Amino acid sequence: MRRVYLDHIAATPLLPEALDAMLPFLNDRFGNAQSLHAEGQSALEALETARESVARLVNAAPAEIVFTSGGSEANNLAVKGLALAARAKGTHIVLSAVEHTSVLNAAKSLEKLGFTTTLVPVDGAGLVHPGDVEKALTKETVLVSVMLANSEVGTVEPVAEIARVVKGRNILFHTDAVAAAGSLPVDVRALNVDALSLAGDQFYGPKGAAALFLKKGTRVLPLIDGGIQESGRRGGTENVAAIVGFGAAADVARTRMAERAERTAALRDRLLDGLPARVGHVLVTGSRTSRLPHHASFCVEFVEGEAMLLSLDMKGIAVSSGSACTSKSLKASHVLLAMGLDHATAQGSVVFSLIETTAAADVDDVLDAFPPIIDRLRKMSPLYTQFLKEKTP
Amino acid sequence: MIYSDKVMDHFSNPRNVGVLADADGVGQVGNPVCGDMMTFYIKVKNGHLADVKFQTFGCGAAIAVSSMVSEMAIGKTLVEAMAITNEKVAEELGGLPKNKMHCSNLGADALHEAIQDYRKKRQGGTKDAGLETAPAPAADHDESCCCPYCDGPVEGLKDVCSCRHCDLELVECPECGNYTNKADALCISCGAKIPR
Repeated sequence: MRRVYLDHIAATPLLPEALDAMLPFLNDRFGNAQSLHAEGQSALEALETARESVARLVNAAPAEIVFTSGGSEANNLAVKGLALAARAKGTHIVLSAVEHTSVLNAAKSLEKLGFTTTLVPVDGAGLVHPGDVEKALTKETVLVSVMLANSEVGTVEPVAEIARVVKGRNILFHTDAVAAAGSLPVDVRALNVDALSLAGDQFYGPKGAAALFLKKGTRVLPLIDGGIQESGRRGGTENVAAIVGFGAAADVARTRMAERAERTAALRDRLLDGLPARVGHVLVTGSRTSRLPHHASFCVEFVEGEAMLLSLDMKGIAVSSGSACTSKSLKASHVLLAMGLDHATAQGSVVFSLIETTAAADVDDVLDAFPPIIDRLRKMSPLYTQFLKEKTP
Repeated sequence: MIYSDKVMDHFSNPRNVGVLADADGVGQVGNPVCGDMMTFYIKVKNGHLADVKFQTFGCGAAIAVSSMVSEMAIGKTLVEAMAITNEKVAEELGGLPKNKMHCSNLGADALHEAIQDYRKKRQGGTKDAGLETAPAPAADHDESCCCPYCDGPVEGLKDVCSCRHCDLELVECPECGNYTNKADALCISCGAKIPR
């Protein structure tokens, strides 16, 4: 069966350029980048070239890039590492309510060490308002973390405006740019952030390589104590092959970003307009105007996300959902609830995420397959029966 | 695939979906907070379940469970139908993922609710009401119980226990009997209020 893969927030295919760049480091260039002999120096050279590539993608200096194993580790290093290093100044952290769990749960861990957290609300489109961040700041605040883009609803947050209210108060500002970097232009100087997380597996790099940008002079406590790797900020032998692939993907992302965004945004808009036009009671989630170019997300009323996901999968279409049943924890998406959706509506979450190879025919397949699936599930749904009964008394 | 072939079969081609306008009994369990909600309709003739129909809002497991229960129940006496347990349904389906055992596996409960509803309506009526039958077997949460958040084993007493992995204190929900976070206002399984 023809497969239409539209779950690129979960995984992207590896770029051929990235694979080619990686292969020598899985073969004869196996040296440890910290070794002084020729084999080691060969690996180190590649590692530093990749660091330059990743730095260039976000307009940072290479020395400001710390490689990590993934976006979650980068977020943990930022939240825990920055807050703990600044502990003498205060113990209050400000986060948006829609952060990734690797930010929210890192802050929860800090609460056990005596920190307190304030969650800043979002509006119905998932947008954080800078004024609300300002209201949450106290004399004790040492760190603010607001994401650049949300992977569940696609909303791009006004991070530069939020930085404006945070900076000048001796408070560190981190942004989780994992969902945005590689798809949107990201400039750490223009955003005026102290720390920024990004991950290569979001833009055709391999899994297992990500980075935290740390502005020069920013103190951080390492999560992994060990040797002198990453200037003592992250111990452990570097995953050279994956990092080299990450660097190659960053180089390609820089040159092809605008073209990719233009392609995917046109197809994204066909989905954002097309699904609600073909099926009633379908809401677009997230902002229409401040949105990731490859992201289309919805809540379908009266049906549950996992049932939709499985039905689409059987038709050859791979998507994701933020419904309680698709998560192992069986909790509804904190993002959708924070946006003010009720539980029943949040359960109908479905997310399509595109890439540059997504074709118009793929979107046509989705638009054709979707209505009969929703029709079938609604015929089974007691909530829909109840809705129809109340509509026609 | 996280589900057995039999679950996928019942999910793709659910048996007995629908509403019985002239049902003798109606039972409903679950709510959208946990993601699963089931409504069962029964028709009773001579102490037997002549027809069973259901509607389900929920995941693949919830739909398959409802379909399986309806298939198992049709033609059975009320007493036999009351003996169908959630565990037996899961067994018939070739097993369910552990984290779906509590939340989605509520089909038998919904059927029992429908039978109780029928009995209540017929109270004081004929023998057909089946009032002499035994009550539904109480759910036993001591076996196979797990943390609703991580699936891990729980520690402590039956009423109040904890999950070491999640560092959570858990309590039994007075409504559905499943474990839920003591600190939460609502049960993660059924949405009932957790008393402070």
